[in-house]
Amino acid sequence: MEAILQQFFNLDIMAKALPLVLKGLGVTLLICAVVIPLGALGGLVFAIGSVAKNRAVRWVSIAFVDLFRATPPLVLLIFIYAGLPFAGLKISPFAAVTVGFFLNNSAYFAEIFRAGLLSVPKGQGEAARSTGLTGAQTLLWVTLPQAVRNVLPDLLSNVVEVVKLTSLASVVSLGEMLHAAGLVRSVTYNASPLVLAAGLYLLLLWPLVRVIARFERRIAS
Amino acid sequence: MEVFLDQFLNPAVLAKYTPLILKGAGVTVLLSVLIVLAGIALGTALACLRAYRIAALSLPIVIYADIFRALPPLVLILLAYFGLPNVGVLLSSFTVLFLILTLVLAAFAEEIVWAGITATPKGQWEAARSTGLTFTWTLGHVVLPQALRMVIPPLTNRAIAITKMTALGMVIGVPDILGQATTAQSFSANASPLTLAAVAYVILFLPFVIASRWLEARFAPPGA
Amino acid sequence: MASVAASGGAADAAALSVRALHKSFGADEVLKGIDLDVRRGEMVFVLGPSGSGKSTMLRCCNRLEEPDSGEVLVEGDRLTGPGVNLNRMRQRIGMVFQSFNLYPHLSALGNVTLALRRVQGMAKAEAEAAGIEALNRVGLSDRARHYPSQLSGGQQQRVAIARALALKPSVMLFDEPTSALDPELVGDVLDVMRDVAGQGMTMLVVSHEMKFARDAADRVIFMDGGVIVEQGPPEQVFGAPTEARTRAFLSRFHG
Repeated sequence: MEAILQQFFNLDIMAKALPLVLKGLGVTLLICAVVIPLGALGGLVFAIGSVAKNRAVRWVSIAFVDLFRATPPLVLLIFIYAGLPFAGLKISPFAAVTVGFFLNNSAYFAEIFRAGLLSVPKGQGEAARSTGLTGAQTLLWVTLPQAVRNVLPDLLSNVVEVVKLTSLASVVSLGEMLHAAGLVRSVTYNASPLVLAAGLYLLLLWPLVRVIARFERRIAS
Repeated sequence: MEVFLDQFLNPAVLAKYTPLILKGAGVTVLLSVLIVLAGIALGTALACLRAYRIAALSLPIVIYADIFRALPPLVLILLAYFGLPNVGVLLSSFTVLFLILTLVLAAFAEEIVWAGITATPKGQWEAARSTGLTFTWTLGHVVLPQALRMVIPPLTNRAIAITKMTALGMVIGVPDILGQATTAQSFSANASPLTLAAVAYVILFLPFVIASRWLEARFAPPGA
Repeated sequence: MASVAASGGAADAAALSVRALHKSFGADEVLKGIDLDVRRGEMVFVLGPSGSGKSTMLRCCNRLEEPDSGEVLVEGDRLTGPGVNLNRMRQRIGMVFQSFNLYPHLSALGNVTLALRRVQGMAKAEAEAAGIEALNRVGLSDRARHYPSQLSGGQQQRVAIARALALKPSVMLFDEPTSALDPELVGDVLDVMRDVAGQGMTMLVVSHEMKFARDAADRVIFMDGGVIVEQGPPEQVFGAPTEARTRAFLSRFHG
């Protein structure tokens, strides 16, 4: 028991790790602020593409989504970070993370938006077009608001997934929270910094997880 | 173009490391199968326990599920891999990866199956209980089969997402596809092994991604 | 019947003209050449068994369904063919759907004002004033801030009528407007339609409301198998139909 406390919940080590881990948290939040909007936007574009009238656009969009849903994000990240320099493309860890997560997140967001778009009855678009709204106006003012509302819990839970995903950035030495905690762990040979990071992730994500559960219950009933 | 082919699709490097990547693929497949079986079994069992609505049982289950859904799996993997040996628990990197990803999948599976159980119409319970069937029998033979059928699409999606995380094993030295590929890449000073790895993952997972699309169209209730 | 100038735009043009309209779904020829003129202010009822092509004909009139050939003109202006500004033309054709198709995320007023603001570019206050006026015409200005889910089926359909009316269309199309309603709610919607007709609106109505057709329609058209079988004043079509197919169809309704 004493050993477990010493190894996982050593307050002295946590206190020493705190400033660095908090700085890491800042980087984590910065990554989120970049990749979540980018991924959502990309996802929206590919979702619209995947329900387009044009067959070629539809197939390209679906192929993109499936390809990047089939590729583990870490593989993508390492391919970009460690692979591209071989092609003469030096890329910073942050850029690698942004590009890799953009591809991965877009695929997942696209799948959610697509389900949302398909959940809106056809008559909605017909009613809008019958009043003279253009296709784009119909999408913006009629279809999309309903689509987003229908898949809001899925969108939120994907946001949670993206926040968790940012921990992979530690593998390419981007100094986010897990990287910072891992650094202190490797110096102190003690797991407490990791527990500290875990605690901060929980603080960040647990409320969201609870909100999503409430949403899902309300929609189910 | 020349440079690109040489660096990313170098025939000599590809030939040399394909056997290694294939060996890695064996590890990835084995891990994936074990994780899916154990994770879904454990998750379903926990969801069933929760159906008895005993607070002393449900509360720990909910807390466990919340924590394992909210924490990044890589944090859990590093915690177990670096923390446990210091308190006398020595596990191989393969075992750590299996245990953590199983627990993560089980947490999600518990929530998904539980949602299925609560979505099963009350009338099903009442019909079964009115014929004198016990609670446990009703749960196991009437409610659970319907619940599981309902949650096949989300469960499949989650299982794919988590088996893809076996790639995280590379960080703690599991010789899976990505682990082998990064080692090979540093030995060969060439990106071709990474190309091989990416292709291997796509070959392994794309069929499941496409199957999940099909399952969703087939099982999803209209408008949901 | 008014004569129709093919060149378009003439003051004596019919409100709505359909010329040699053909439409197939795969091998199934649903419309086999429909010719129809609806005069200004006229209320024309279209009857026919299901599968007769009447709904498809209606949907071709604002190109929610794309005709294979033939043309549609609104007050002599072409709706079909190259170079037509479809979205501008559609504002001149109001459409009311069987399933209402109100936007669930917008209030009654929001439903009515969306096209006024986004298509006609009205300012918010102006659009809302026009919206309230349209809602007033269907007797629902007191429900302006209600959402569709807070309204009865009959009220929803009346809001849908207001949504179409607000654009001040030249002609309104009704696609089985009462079929999705509980029987006790049908009357309110028919009353509104009668009012709108009384104010001079040109209306083309696909419906099974025989009694209403007999009372309110200026002309009744019977369609079957993708063609117009018979047409005339209601008393003639209902009272003394000349075609056997019309008689067979009507006898099913009179038992």
